[in-house]
Amino acid sequence: MDLVVFVLASAMVIAGALGVVVFRNPVHAALGLVLTLFGVAVHFVAMEAHFLAAVQVIVYAGAIVVLFLFVIMLLGVDRAEDLSIEPIPIQRPLAAVVGAGTVVLVGTAVVRTRDTIARGPELEASGDSNIRLLARNLFSDQVLAFELTSVLLIVAVAGTVLLTRKQKRRPEHDGGGS
Amino acid sequence: MTAAALATLVPNSTWYLLLAAVLFGIGAFGLLVRRNPLVMFMCVELMLNAVNLSFVAFAVRFGDIAGQTAVFFVLVVAAAEVVVGLGIIVSIMRRRPGATADDLAELRG
Repeated sequence: MDLVVFVLASAMVIAGALGVVVFRNPVHAALGLVLTLFGVAVHFVAMEAHFLAAVQVIVYAGAIVVLFLFVIMLLGVDRAEDLSIEPIPIQRPLAAVVGAGTVVLVGTAVVRTRDTIARGPELEASGDSNIRLLARNLFSDQVLAFELTSVLLIVAVAGTVLLTRKQKRRPEHDGGGS
Repeated sequence: MTAAALATLVPNSTWYLLLAAVLFGIGAFGLLVRRNPLVMFMCVELMLNAVNLSFVAFAVRFGDIAGQTAVFFVLVVAAAEVVVGLGIIVSIMRRRPGATADDLAELRG
């Protein structure tokens, strides 16, 4: 049963990722991204990270992809891109080498160390649920990082509002006031 | 391998790490190949998700919840990053409609 879930979710992840790379229309690429994000959420559930699975669906598939789609519609770039143009002659072979090299190197490292990596106790052995463990860690050990996150979000929101604001034409006779 | 042996096969953290490596490789390839800034951004999200997957796999393997806390922070930072990045892309596209990553080689507006 676990095997079936793993195979199906992995197929979703890989198919969605390939879709993001090969679809010519950005809207289709965004939908491929949704498929990948849902596949990763299924993997999180299979690894009993229930809270992260819920957040993954809400934040990534819900908010981030919708933001992508909004920007695609806003800019009107939802036309197909011509993928046959290759601006730098050997860019694609080199990119394939980089991608495949990353996979092979990381894969070799993972397979070679599969028995030497320390194996810890079961996460929920203490009887606490996943979300309780996560909350205890987040609000005790990582509480400073959690507080700094609020600063990050405020800065990001304020910066984006500033960046995307349409610049008003300054009146000719504005006096000296700023 | 018989069907009965297959049924008892349980995916362990090594499988998840391999899947994360493949997902990261696809994301890196897409980032290098695609020229539309929006699609390049989506490929960065793919790579972030690959890292999230391996974080959770290691958290399960070590029995340490801190890995899942790290994923939580990655989610928050990714959300902020997407907001800022899309803001930059919107302001660039407003000036030069249809710009690809190659057209943005110089910083001059």
